[in-house]
Amino acid sequence: MAKPTAPKGRRNMREVYVVGIGITSFSRLDYPISEIAAYPAMIALKDAGLSKIDHLYVANMGSGRVNGQTALASAVIDTLSLTPAGAETIENGPASGASAIKQGFMAVASGLHDVVMVTGAERMRETNNLEATDFVATLTHQIAEYIYGVTLPSLAGMFTRLYMEQYGVTSRHLAMVAVKNHDNAMLNPFAHLHQKITIEGILDGPEALTNNPYVAEPLRFFDLCPVSDGGACVILATKEVAKKTGRPLVRLAGVGQATDTHAVHERENPTDLLAVRRAAEQSFKMAGVKPSDVSVAELHDAFTILEIVESEEVGFFKKGQGHIALEKGETRIGGKIPINTSGGLKAKGHPVGATGIGQAHEIVTQLRGEARKRQVKDAKVGFTCNFGGFGNNVVCLTFIRED
Amino acid sequence: MAVELEKILRPIDHPAPPFPPKFMQLASGENMVVRQVGREEIPDLLPHVEPLIHVERDFYDIVSVRVYAELLGYYRHRVQDEYVLIAQINGELAAIVNGRFASKDVGVSYHTLALRRGLRVGAHAFAAKMEYHLDIVGQKEVLIVAESPIGFRRWMIEYQLEKRFDIAHELGGVPSWALTKELFNKARSTLVVGRRPVPPDELKKAQDKILPPSNPPKPPADLMAATRAMKDPTGTAILQQRWRLEHGEADGPEGKA
Repeated sequence: MAKPTAPKGRRNMREVYVVGIGITSFSRLDYPISEIAAYPAMIALKDAGLSKIDHLYVANMGSGRVNGQTALASAVIDTLSLTPAGAETIENGPASGASAIKQGFMAVASGLHDVVMVTGAERMRETNNLEATDFVATLTHQIAEYIYGVTLPSLAGMFTRLYMEQYGVTSRHLAMVAVKNHDNAMLNPFAHLHQKITIEGILDGPEALTNNPYVAEPLRFFDLCPVSDGGACVILATKEVAKKTGRPLVRLAGVGQATDTHAVHERENPTDLLAVRRAAEQSFKMAGVKPSDVSVAELHDAFTILEIVESEEVGFFKKGQGHIALEKGETRIGGKIPINTSGGLKAKGHPVGATGIGQAHEIVTQLRGEARKRQVKDAKVGFTCNFGGFGNNVVCLTFIRED
Repeated sequence: MAVELEKILRPIDHPAPPFPPKFMQLASGENMVVRQVGREEIPDLLPHVEPLIHVERDFYDIVSVRVYAELLGYYRHRVQDEYVLIAQINGELAAIVNGRFASKDVGVSYHTLALRRGLRVGAHAFAAKMEYHLDIVGQKEVLIVAESPIGFRRWMIEYQLEKRFDIAHELGGVPSWALTKELFNKARSTLVVGRRPVPPDELKKAQDKILPPSNPPKPPADLMAATRAMKDPTGTAILQQRWRLEHGEADGPEGKA
């Protein structure tokens, strides 16, 4: 592991630790959105042994549109009876969760607050799948993409086609990602999909085309994440507070964020996810570690192709080699770099505003050694990539177990 | 006298060809056998339906209580021209579908009850039911309704059913939708799967014993989830209840509940 060297801009920052975590099942939750956000927050408070916080950030993408609840942070802080702490909502598309964690990090690191709660929630299944797809599609470029009927699955389909042509990825590789992540989700009680699937059942068998129909060719049903409700929470605090909690010391050591063109077709090479590359570089540099130091990672696999490509862009594998590593089993639990041990967005689920926090929840669980049957042995460094838009706003986080 | 009265009360079924068993592979790689059951096997089904009456999620409660009544009605001869198909995975009961022949040309779909969720178990069983009406019995169309949004997506949207809103469906008197032979033919290549004959060992395993579902739908932690919001708008009670359920503690997070 490289010797940690603080980037110039953070020399005077305080160190920030994750002292409490909580999560709901990612599923369909028939509760008000404020409760979906509050429930994991209560679990996180109990986990940390805290009863008060200085500030609350709530990550959410669409409660105003989908659930008719604006000013969500005000609702959540009151539901939790944590007034008069400050509270605000962070919206950054599907990267809202990690963006909110970044805001919490800055609040603690800067000395503004000592204890910050970051909770995220989304309730998408209140609407039907068509409306949910349309809701997410509103993050695309209004004039260049949305008005032509572009949706996230259609962008991902075109992206996949191009990636297959350039790098030799096949439908079998995509299916391998789905099977792996469904296997991992079977070990995660909070995962949305507890369904074991096989290559034969979704790709090779006589009924595979019905079991796994095309959605946005070449992407098929099992290449897409489900539409989920869910909430997740992390509590960030100073080292002093962290030591008092008695919980394992997990430091949020690196935060990186980068953007790219809003419209995908304006990128010089649409198969390059430059925002992922840059956000990961920043996060690793700030943490003082290299991609090869990472023990376990949660990558934003809203579509199976994204796990393969992000594993390359963040530096785990060379460009065009992600699917080869997948074939070798290097991304499985027990492999060289286990990816999406939680089941990922693919099988754990994707309540968009909560997803980035759900990823952090899994990494902290792994670094604490509390992941039970899906535990990665001796996990010390964890990494998350929360992918907003179609790669136009990406937040990467690096966590380090210290004791 | 009792026998004479029973003769009046008991409808006489019209003859119908049997549903030939078939099987298909699921996304899990497992094979699922779909076969017809007669009255003699209904008592083996009822114990697996009864617990679902208490599952207040995705309309399992309403569907299950109606299926229970329909199975009992079939068993004790109180429904005319009813049939029941079941789906089994390694002998385990995975789905029950049933319906009725209203006339020579028109069928009535009753229910599709998936005891194992996901993997298109219910969708495959429903397709088999439609195949029975339209291909095997030779009816012209099947009247269908859905109690749940999931059912609506699976039947009305996926099969693009036609409206028959002038016909009140036997289930609740609600407006009917119809699957015609033409619509079924359009869906055949994508939604209707299965192979015959069923390998003898797999059919024997299915027929030997209807095993209970290993992972049936379960009620949500909060039994009143769907109606609670009206009673507890701030969510305090539910949060405390769930805390106790999940942590096994007598006290809620803020002390005595």
